[in-house]
Amino acid sequence: MEIDVLKKVPVSEQDPKVRAANFDEVNLGYTKEEAMLEATRCLNCKNARCISGCPVNINIPAFIAKVKDGDVKGAYEVISQSSALPAVCGRVCPQETQCEAQCIRGIKGEAVSIGRLERFVADSAKEMGIKPQLPSDMVKKNKKVAIIGAGPSGLTCAGDLAKLGYDVTIFEALHKAGGVLVYGIPEFRLPKEKVVAKEVENVKALGVKIVTDAVIGRALTIDDLFEKEGFSAVFVGSGAGLPRFMNIPGEQSLGVFSANEYLTRSNLMGAFSEDSRTPIMRAKKAVIVGGGNVAMDAARTAKRLGAEVHVVYRRSEAELPARAEEVHHAKEEGIIFDLLTNPVEILADENGWVTGCKCIRMELGEPDASGRRSPVEVPGSEFTIDCDAVIMSLGTSPNPLIKTTTAGLETNKRGGIIVNESEMTTREGVFAGGDAVTGAATVILAMGAGKSAAKGIDEYLSKKG
Amino acid sequence: MFEIVAKKQLGTNVWYMEVVAPLVAGKAMPGQFLIVRVDNEGERIPLTVCDYDREKGIVTIVFATVGAETERMSRLNVGDCFADVVGPLGRPSDLTEMPIEELKKKKILFIAGGVGTAPVYNQLKWLHENGVEVDCIQGARTKDLLILEDEMKSVTKNLYFATDDGSYGIHGNVCVALQQLWDEDVRYDHCVVIGPVIMMKFACQLTKKLGIHTIISMNTIMVDGTGMCGACRLLVGGQVKFACVDGPEFDGWEVDFDQAMQRSRLYKTEEGRLLLKLHEGDTHHGGCGVCS
Repeated sequence: MEIDVLKKVPVSEQDPKVRAANFDEVNLGYTKEEAMLEATRCLNCKNARCISGCPVNINIPAFIAKVKDGDVKGAYEVISQSSALPAVCGRVCPQETQCEAQCIRGIKGEAVSIGRLERFVADSAKEMGIKPQLPSDMVKKNKKVAIIGAGPSGLTCAGDLAKLGYDVTIFEALHKAGGVLVYGIPEFRLPKEKVVAKEVENVKALGVKIVTDAVIGRALTIDDLFEKEGFSAVFVGSGAGLPRFMNIPGEQSLGVFSANEYLTRSNLMGAFSEDSRTPIMRAKKAVIVGGGNVAMDAARTAKRLGAEVHVVYRRSEAELPARAEEVHHAKEEGIIFDLLTNPVEILADENGWVTGCKCIRMELGEPDASGRRSPVEVPGSEFTIDCDAVIMSLGTSPNPLIKTTTAGLETNKRGGIIVNESEMTTREGVFAGGDAVTGAATVILAMGAGKSAAKGIDEYLSKKG
Repeated sequence: MFEIVAKKQLGTNVWYMEVVAPLVAGKAMPGQFLIVRVDNEGERIPLTVCDYDREKGIVTIVFATVGAETERMSRLNVGDCFADVVGPLGRPSDLTEMPIEELKKKKILFIAGGVGTAPVYNQLKWLHENGVEVDCIQGARTKDLLILEDEMKSVTKNLYFATDDGSYGIHGNVCVALQQLWDEDVRYDHCVVIGPVIMMKFACQLTKKLGIHTIISMNTIMVDGTGMCGACRLLVGGQVKFACVDGPEFDGWEVDFDQAMQRSRLYKTEEGRLLLKLHEGDTHHGGCGVCS
């Protein structure tokens, strides 16, 4: 195979027209030959900057060197030292702002395709039956740690604590473990049975117990976990599931959904399938409001369910927060981007069914607190997009249930739990990480927090004795 | 794990089940609800809690078969298991947070409509066990649809029945019954209404006229039940509230019932189709042209 050392080895993808009508994975991953070839592009830098670009500091040059030699097992072992969910991260990490942003190859040409290589290693290891192992020198500590939430931060924290010898139980409110991996990210980006379920099994293989249908804050409080269930420390990884609405007129009409609801129906409940017993609205024309990864997920799901889709975003393309590959894929699939546009009212017929979304044009003014230029309405520029569904994808905030049922747990203005450098909250023995602390962010940042918290919990419990 | 240990038929389409669910039974309080899934392909169905036994870890649910999922549920038997039972969800009733002495001073009336009798029974039982005596108007379209009569009698001071067709008790709906009591100089200062949305709407119109502070319990469409999706949102006093975390109980005078009824119609066509598919089984062929 020929290689242009300045360009990534291309990866096979489903044709856009075909994939816009199915829920199969879009990105088909590298073959072994393609992966080994891509691995030759890595310069194996002495002071590899990519490692610090990774929120969990995977030794990237080391695993890529193993891939170059065709040693999948060796590569997997390198990655496993830092990451519990490589099959997930290789698929959903915004590598273009993390590891690949630091890659030296990326200065003159394209960065090394670190994400695709990580995915290749994880998928191949799975096919070969290779699983994460408990360290052979691990000593059981006979202390119980409770994890709240089986999402990326909880699963990671649990895995690391199990490897340190702790007796770990994860309490998950939903009926399936995975958090956003199972309810938020669609099947065509992250397959549930093929990938997520297997990653969860890997965590259980380390001895971690997962109890589903357990809503901490209701069935058991954090006080109960300490006083009645014998746990010595608690990690809160309850995520940021509370959806935001615009509070514009017409938002209660039939056909207006939060992206959370729409995606939970499609992803967690499998409503995208014709055989599903959970209903989902199959719109003919859908307007998605927002520009992040969740908006892209909702847009591409609506497309696959048969809609003509418009993404309405108040800033311009350069400010879209979504992962570059998702925006690119969305455009290829025929999704229309109405940028510098904001909804002002949702129109409905006499029975309450959505008939259109009245919008106004925006222009960019001065930067706001986040550093992004503030969108300002252009007076008199209102127009209506005909549609039968509007999906609000405006971001989410931390679910307040834990905070309201736990004494001594302080949160900031946005509802995020306050933690110190060891990820401990203002309540002794209670740690937190992921979206529950930062507000909605990424899988990999949640994992980084889970790792850091596991270390913090280990230090705390070792000192306590 | 979530084994059914008792099952009764309470009416033509109304079923009673006792289910093993220790986490729910351990903490459930009047006013709260739970969510069940029949099997691994099932929808998440919110249901009110009729009763609970903390020691045995058992919860009692009462449901009507209104669609394919509840129809499937009704076909489960003692010894079968639900795939999932999660709870308790929602906020407990305000009554459970008031000092008992204060509650005893109040003149409380419950109004229970149809299957809403089940969660009303839960609240009445708790009040009765705490020495608080209350009255109740239990309404239904006809005598056969009045459920849990003996259980209700055992926990209510004055229990009045009201049937639309006059086959039992007062001839008329619950509003007719309340007006009748009022005309006989019976007075209340707190009312709790649980039943079909339209019944709650009209009951609240009457209690507002009579000046009786009223609490209702909303039964909306739900998916997760933990505040994550907003499917259950309704307008209370012009503000958006989530029934699953801000409720399910709300101030009855502030709820926009018309809008809640409108929102409840969102999946009627899909649900109708699923129920038809279930009834028709292999002979389902979609010949009516709705699907195509």
